[in-house]
Amino acid sequence: MLNEEQQMLKDMAAEWVRDRLPVTALRSLYGHDGGGRPDARGHDPETWAEMAQMGWAGILVPEAHGGSDFGYRSMGLVLEELGRTLGASPLLSSGLVAASALRLGGTAAQQARWLPGIADGSAIGTLAAEEGPQHGREKIALTAKASGDGWVLNGIKRPVQDGMIATFAIAAARTGGAPGDRNGITLFLVECDASGLTRQALDQIDARRPALFTFDDMAVGADAVLGEVGKGADLLDTLFDRAAIGLAAEMLGNASQAFDITLDYLKTRVQFGAIIGSFQALQHRAAEMFGELQLARSAVEVALDAIDADDPALPALASLAKATVGETLHNISAQMVQLHGGIGMTHEHDAGLYLKRARVAAQCYGSTAWHRERWARLNGY
Amino acid sequence: MAGLEGKEAQLFREEARAWLEANFPPSLTNAPSIHFVSDRRAAESNADWCLWRERMAEKRWGVPTWDPRYGGAGLTEAHGKIIGEELAAIGGFNPIRSYGTMMLGPTLLEYGSEEQKQAHLPFIATNERRWCQGFSEPGAGSDLASLQTKCIDMGDHWLVSGQKIWTSGADQADWCFALVRTDTSRKQGGISFLLIDMKSEGIEARPIILISGSTHFCEVFFNDVKVPKGNLVGEVNQGWSIAKRLLQFERNSLSDVKAEITPLAPLAHEYCGTDAQGRIDSPDLRTRMVRNAMRHEAYLATVARLTREANSGGPGNGVSALKNLWSGIIQDRAELLIELMGANGLGWSDEHYTEAEQEAARAWLHSKAFSIYGGSYEVQNNITAKRTLELPA
Repeated sequence: MLNEEQQMLKDMAAEWVRDRLPVTALRSLYGHDGGGRPDARGHDPETWAEMAQMGWAGILVPEAHGGSDFGYRSMGLVLEELGRTLGASPLLSSGLVAASALRLGGTAAQQARWLPGIADGSAIGTLAAEEGPQHGREKIALTAKASGDGWVLNGIKRPVQDGMIATFAIAAARTGGAPGDRNGITLFLVECDASGLTRQALDQIDARRPALFTFDDMAVGADAVLGEVGKGADLLDTLFDRAAIGLAAEMLGNASQAFDITLDYLKTRVQFGAIIGSFQALQHRAAEMFGELQLARSAVEVALDAIDADDPALPALASLAKATVGETLHNISAQMVQLHGGIGMTHEHDAGLYLKRARVAAQCYGSTAWHRERWARLNGY
Repeated sequence: MAGLEGKEAQLFREEARAWLEANFPPSLTNAPSIHFVSDRRAAESNADWCLWRERMAEKRWGVPTWDPRYGGAGLTEAHGKIIGEELAAIGGFNPIRSYGTMMLGPTLLEYGSEEQKQAHLPFIATNERRWCQGFSEPGAGSDLASLQTKCIDMGDHWLVSGQKIWTSGADQADWCFALVRTDTSRKQGGISFLLIDMKSEGIEARPIILISGSTHFCEVFFNDVKVPKGNLVGEVNQGWSIAKRLLQFERNSLSDVKAEITPLAPLAHEYCGTDAQGRIDSPDLRTRMVRNAMRHEAYLATVARLTREANSGGPGNGVSALKNLWSGIIQDRAELLIELMGANGLGWSDEHYTEAEQEAARAWLHSKAFSIYGGSYEVQNNITAKRTLELPA
């Protein structure tokens, strides 16, 4: 159950998102042809500054570093509300994933260097771990070779969420072993405008423009290592799990709003002389979607609470949340287009924006299939 | 907990634990208690069950929150919850739990006259008097309000004629709470709620053999049955509202059933074997089992969440959706179980099939009823669409 402060946060977020980051804000990131606008950066800096000012970027940052230390459930509430209007922002990448990385693996100096910036929005962090088309936590091939006191990085990262606007990234590199090994993975804190790193935007279907990072003999100091050299797999796992849960909260918002919009349409659209929502075939489809949404909400809330409680079942609960909401959002976003009929196929209507974002989210931080397989292994199937 | 502070709660918990441990017959630990609810003969032919019923009846903890005048212990909801928790902790069950405590009792407490409460509740509180529910008819299943069993006012008594069907345990019941038609000119507004003694002349209950072999459900024939005037609950023609309330109690107790969540994985390893990586050696079956198990876990989290929200006065209107999720998940699970057993999951009887295998086959057949009874899958979807989602008629 939400406490009074959380309820206030949720109400405030809902109101702000409707007012300041409605779906038209995301639409403005698209060009006329339905692709991402090359001159847009995948989010709006002005609204991001407002979000930081309200303290959302620092929800997971300790008070000593300028945050509110308000917990993952609270962060989930804000992400869910943002998801309702497809609000594009680096809150998940920076406020959740990067803040978690520093809290869990950062030295006092690293925390002091980055956490205050995360909290006030002046620094944007992100996770640079994926390299290939499929999610694979141990597949890392980007190399880091010891050189003098520091390291030299070579390779690519793709896609890096919010990579074009990030100030720094947590890059997963291989300091030993071969792609596929759990041993030999090391996490590095890298500054995105440092030499040796080039970034290119990816024109992804959701207009959020993630990045392709190319590391070409990028030199970093010994103090760039986050956690232990060669033993970064566990930290990376837990970061991916937190990212998946945060994204699941956003997806819950996507699905809830897609359902609400579709339900409204069923109550107003007239065909054959009747409101189409009076047809039993459509009523039953709506009732089934409502039921699936209940499962998705429970799975997400349980997972958020598990992070706050430091529950050892977190990996399985992260996969339960991501896979459950993934399946639900997939169904509801597809039904949103189907039940709107022809208008749902047009770029002018919002259904397509939900469909595109749903597909991106489903495949980000581990797809539904990936998480179902992992849950199966964790549970002995 | 309202009305029960920390220390007092702890003391009561200790008292409850001590009494339950001393009085619950160990032979009944983790017994399939739902079986004792539905099958009176099975219950009453078990000496330890009889002993346990007597002890709980005397202690009045079968219905701990009911007024002592009606056979309860007069305790608070918080006390009742503690008794339930301590009972579950020792693998016990409530032997008083019955259609009487789950459905009729709460209804009589709300709508019954003082005479009716005193005449019936104390016998429900001891589970000496078993009740059956006479609602469905051959022509009134999902469309319950179209029921036709006639009830005519004869001045000094009611005269009842007609047929009921799907009446659980009617052949073993002492009394029946029935919906009867007292006015043929109105549909819902012509129904009354009547208490009928099953020993009355003119009643015949015949068990129906189901696909699972169960004979739990009956047809009941009423042939000019005389019923005393005082047995009508509430007002004449008010029966539909009473029934709706009663069905709410029923739905609550249905979705309340903590479906068993024993993982199927170990059984699948045994029957299907494992691949080199230790996975169930049937990728398609494995995927379907995993999806079902994940939905099951999310479902249990949903029951917990909706219960919390309902307790704090939240939405609480998801009962119909919850019932459909539950029936679907449990039906799939029952089918997966016989599928993973392969040819061994297809046995009906005899020593070539283990007891667990026979039980799995029958449970699969039985599970088909989950989306039919207590409001069918389709009726529940209608309710969700109209009441919760407010879609137009």
